[in-house]
Amino acid sequence: MDFRLPWQGRPVSRRRVLGAGLAAGGAALSPGLRSVRAETPHKGSAHGGNRTVGSVDHGRNGFDPHALLTDWDTGSVSILPDGRRLREYRITAIDKEIEIAPGLFFPAWTYNGRVPGPTLRATEGDIVRIEFRNAGTHSHTMHFHGIHAASMDGVPGAGQVEPGDSFTYEFEARPFGCHLYHCHSMPLKRHIHKGLYGAFIVDPDPARHPELADAARGRLLGTQDNAQWQEFVMVMNGFDTNFDEENEVYAANSIAFAYRDKPIRIAGERPVRVYLVNVTEFDPVNSLHLHANFFDYYDHGTTLTPTHRTVDTIMQCQAQRGILEFTFAEFEPGLYMFHAHQSEFAELGWMGFFEVTT
Amino acid sequence: MTALIRASFVVPLALIALLAALFLTLRPLDFLGRGAPPAEALTVERVGLDADGFHALVRSGGATDITIAQVQVDGAYWEFTQTPAGPLAYLGSALIDIPYPWVAGETHRIVLLSATGTTFEHEVAVAIETPETSAGEVAGLALVGLFVGVVPILIGYAFMPAIISFGAAGRRFALALTVGLLAFLLVDTLKEGLEIAGRAVGGQKAETALWLGGLVSFLGLIAVGRRGGRPPEGAALALFIAIGIGLHNLGEGLAIGASLAGGAVALASFLVFGFALHNVTEGIAIAAPIERPGRRWVLLLGLALIAGGPAIAGTIAGAYAFSPFWAALAFGVGAGAILQVIVEVSASLMRGAPKGASGSWVSGASLSGFAAGVGIMYATALLVAG
Repeated sequence: MDFRLPWQGRPVSRRRVLGAGLAAGGAALSPGLRSVRAETPHKGSAHGGNRTVGSVDHGRNGFDPHALLTDWDTGSVSILPDGRRLREYRITAIDKEIEIAPGLFFPAWTYNGRVPGPTLRATEGDIVRIEFRNAGTHSHTMHFHGIHAASMDGVPGAGQVEPGDSFTYEFEARPFGCHLYHCHSMPLKRHIHKGLYGAFIVDPDPARHPELADAARGRLLGTQDNAQWQEFVMVMNGFDTNFDEENEVYAANSIAFAYRDKPIRIAGERPVRVYLVNVTEFDPVNSLHLHANFFDYYDHGTTLTPTHRTVDTIMQCQAQRGILEFTFAEFEPGLYMFHAHQSEFAELGWMGFFEVTT
Repeated sequence: MTALIRASFVVPLALIALLAALFLTLRPLDFLGRGAPPAEALTVERVGLDADGFHALVRSGGATDITIAQVQVDGAYWEFTQTPAGPLAYLGSALIDIPYPWVAGETHRIVLLSATGTTFEHEVAVAIETPETSAGEVAGLALVGLFVGVVPILIGYAFMPAIISFGAAGRRFALALTVGLLAFLLVDTLKEGLEIAGRAVGGQKAETALWLGGLVSFLGLIAVGRRGGRPPEGAALALFIAIGIGLHNLGEGLAIGASLAGGAVALASFLVFGFALHNVTEGIAIAAPIERPGRRWVLLLGLALIAGGPAIAGTIAGAYAFSPFWAALAFGVGAGAILQVIVEVSASLMRGAPKGASGSWVSGASLSGFAAGVGIMYATALLVAG
């Protein structure tokens, strides 16, 4: 006779393991259970049970992780009297609660209401002018990884902005590469992991690199050479929701499993370029591993020839970043996984798929 | 009945209702909260394991409703279903089913994340399959209870002829041994009960329930025992000893059943043997006050069932329906009953003491009996350590 209790999923009539254990001693337990385990379901699903339950309301968040991948903020462009190009950006620091996994909310500090902040994109040699307003409740800055004057460094004492105030950062966009910006107010850990960071991409100017002009044009947004590339920005981050200095959620672009639940579609015949930035707090490194393929890697993106060739895993310490280039040409169409190869990060949200189509 | 008296049945209740209405509508003291984050509390009361994964019964104990947003197992987000769905109100409970491929004999860590990102952790110390609710399984658990509760008492009875052969001193020894045993059980019951009370969700105030349950059962049993104006003696005293030990065994059974179900006990056979040996002394304790116990075997059998039977019920209940709150209360009631028996057996021992030169009830027999009672219990308790 079998009957069911509310906390037992369904009546089962297998060999009763505990009874056997009592009769024959504890050693009898393990073999019985192993045979039971072999029946475990979920073989057919793409998540194997490792997933979040429900869906994130991107509309309420005000940003969509898929739109973020290709959302380049090139600023408003004008030409200065000396002929140089000026790019002007407006960034506002805003306190905002964001949903980082279904039903899981994080009291974030954001640039322009999104985490990561806008992906600022300029060309080598442009003058970048950022009007930064602090609408939050704490002091904030924008500290750029780039070449600039001490007064423009965005640290306490140089460009720190109190709530309600504003400051204008101005510098020349250099060197070309894949960079980042983040708040550098103290305490630094808290200001970074609360969400104040974003990618800062400086495209190379082909005229300055005549020997590698083709490679430079391939990187330069707006050129035909660049248009054939499928470019994505991924900011690897984490969220410590219970403030114990360990992350409960890991992701690329904030939302756990966003690119697993809805894969990134890419056309197999066109090359892929990923601007990868690591801002993960509390953990020494983060990483990206691409399945079934290899890529060339440009550490910091500051060279036009790869710094690593034919690798399938790359690791970055916090603030390290680089450019991945690869192709799925002539590959079988289907789902190709990518994730942090710290399995822990992957299972806590930092994994996704490229869906390769022909 | 005067109007004043009639009004005093109603007016205080009306005033309480008015106060409640004022506080709930006007909320005059909300400024003290100053937008503090909600005080969420969540406790995993028990976890069942089967081929479908984990089945966790969770209870909310916080001042605010709590929404379970996500579940992690061993540091990985895992799919789950909640029944019933939705936020949990104060003291509300829900079942979380997690289809996780757990590994037999290993430790797993379940983390529940609320909507605010607060984490609540529960460890499955040693993963083993939860006993199924089949007749065979219930019978197996009943057998465990029988071996832990009833059988050792019957074995203990067999010591009586030897003890009685020493005459009055032998009986004093047996009664003092009973007091020693009960003193050990009292400490043990309270310790275990308080430990389990700590696992209940804070709002249930399980510790308070334990102490008050103990006090009520102590006073109640004293009152019942002395309702004739005289303290219990002979068979009546034996009955109270059996009740006290029975209530203790109920708690012990609950703990054993929950341990078997929860996978905290790996070597069940050894544990059951240890408890059985531990409880043999209970037989001596029950038989000690009875005159000529050899001729009253029906009474002794009945008392063995009263003292040992609850272990059977406790083991089954502990395996299938363990609740920290009710278990803690059971331990409290058991502790009260044991204290009552300690008082009554000590009183009996004092009354029966020979009026010797010293006039004291303390004798070599009673002292050695007490020491033996505590010592035997302590030594056999080492067998069930863990």
